[in-house]
Amino acid sequence: MFACVLVANRGEIARRVIRTARAMDIRAVAVYSEADADLPYVAEADEAVLIGPPAPASSYLDIDAILAAAEQTSAQAVHPGYGFLAESPRFAGAVLDAGLTWVGPAPESIAQMGDKINARNLVEQVGVPVSAGTREPLADLDAALAAADRIGYPVMIKASAGGGGIGMTAAADPGQLAAGFETARTRAERFFGNPAILLERYVERARHVEVQILGLPDGRVLTLGERDCSVQRRHQKVAEESPSPGVSPQLRARMLAAAVQAGEAVGYVGAGTVECLVDVTAQDFTFLEMNTRLQVEHPVTELVTGIDLVEQQFLIAAGEQITFDPARLASRGHAIELRVYAEDSKRFLPSPGLIEEWREPAGPGIRVDAGYTAGNRVTPYYDPLLAKLCVHGSDRQEALDRAAAAVAAFSISGLKTNLQFHAELLESPEFRSGDYDTSLVSRMRP
Amino acid sequence: MAEVRAEMVANVWKVVAAEGESVADGDTLVILESMKMEIPVLAEDAGTVTRLAVAEGDVVQEGDLIAVIE
Repeated sequence: MFACVLVANRGEIARRVIRTARAMDIRAVAVYSEADADLPYVAEADEAVLIGPPAPASSYLDIDAILAAAEQTSAQAVHPGYGFLAESPRFAGAVLDAGLTWVGPAPESIAQMGDKINARNLVEQVGVPVSAGTREPLADLDAALAAADRIGYPVMIKASAGGGGIGMTAAADPGQLAAGFETARTRAERFFGNPAILLERYVERARHVEVQILGLPDGRVLTLGERDCSVQRRHQKVAEESPSPGVSPQLRARMLAAAVQAGEAVGYVGAGTVECLVDVTAQDFTFLEMNTRLQVEHPVTELVTGIDLVEQQFLIAAGEQITFDPARLASRGHAIELRVYAEDSKRFLPSPGLIEEWREPAGPGIRVDAGYTAGNRVTPYYDPLLAKLCVHGSDRQEALDRAAAAVAAFSISGLKTNLQFHAELLESPEFRSGDYDTSLVSRMRP
Repeated sequence: MAEVRAEMVANVWKVVAAEGESVADGDTLVILESMKMEIPVLAEDAGTVTRLAVAEGDVVQEGDLIAVIE
């Protein structure tokens, strides 16, 4: 095992990775921008290096600055967290070229899955179901209109290099497609540096369910159950749970098998996630995309399996044995994660500001992965995630009850948060019933 | 006269309207960006933009003046 890892990220995920590193006696190096000097993860690392001004392009996306920090601190490995450079094949390659261990899959796997069109085509070849959609980037609106005629409306417009829901728009007819196509191209270029657009058949009543996979150095690909991520606003996740209350045992078995096929198709090594769209009415699924990194919502899987995914990432990266026997893997109880965002609970608009008070809930089955504490300033430069409130219960009912009590006990003042939204979510009959889909939040906030 | 103010700390990503321009209720004046989200700032009344107090790249604080519509 390497003796020192640099965590190329910030906030809650940097803190969470540092926690496991320290538990494994690996020295943890944090990097931070001028905006983040006071955050808990900087203080909790064994060493911290200032890498630049607040703008992500000059700090957390600056490959040279991060590699210089690794050299300066004699780090032997780099963990990218999620977001920023986590799915950059160029960064992964640069880390390897510098003679360091990359805690993630091969740059080739990242590149193959990072292009959504390529990923769709690739997994389709090995028998994974994909939705009706485009097999090559759409050059212009005429091509998009022709493709949509073939696929059938409504369609979803997506950035091929995209992620995080940015730039995704549904179009119900050619007029909406014409209006949405150029906007999507502009955003794709701006956020992802690549204007390639694809279209997919839009499913009205859909759940978003993803499978956690672990690719082992010997070539085996394991699955660690699924996470339901259907509670979304602006196509971005707000709450997740495992197991999914909307997936039958038969459907689950087929999805897990498809996730293994997708992972094997790229020789995947490390932790990854295969995202699927479940058609609630048809009880069928299609492949959406693969995330070649740790997911934000990985704690729900950790809570039901008892497995530390970051620990497995470190062991796999070092070529060592994982901590559990795949044959004895079992899921216990039910877990829910609520993303606590710096945004108001009604319109979900960002609310940066100074955190005056921060009191976390505690107790049986409660885990809080927080990026901030009292006295920290939340700046407009990064995403609005403040903390992940995660709960585990012996069944879904107990998890729901614990989550409601934990939300009520979580006290944050000085800026707006979406805690009130989570309180309403946990009381909503639709969410409590388990029979919900990705339109749940828009029905709660018409 | 209507003053349009920022609802939150944000960067000014795009200035869409121009001083002297006529706008309708609901027209986009500027687009702010905060926490990876684009937030259009809209005219709440029809009128003429007599002042645009921000430029692209500016950082605005909550309550800062963005535009005046008369």
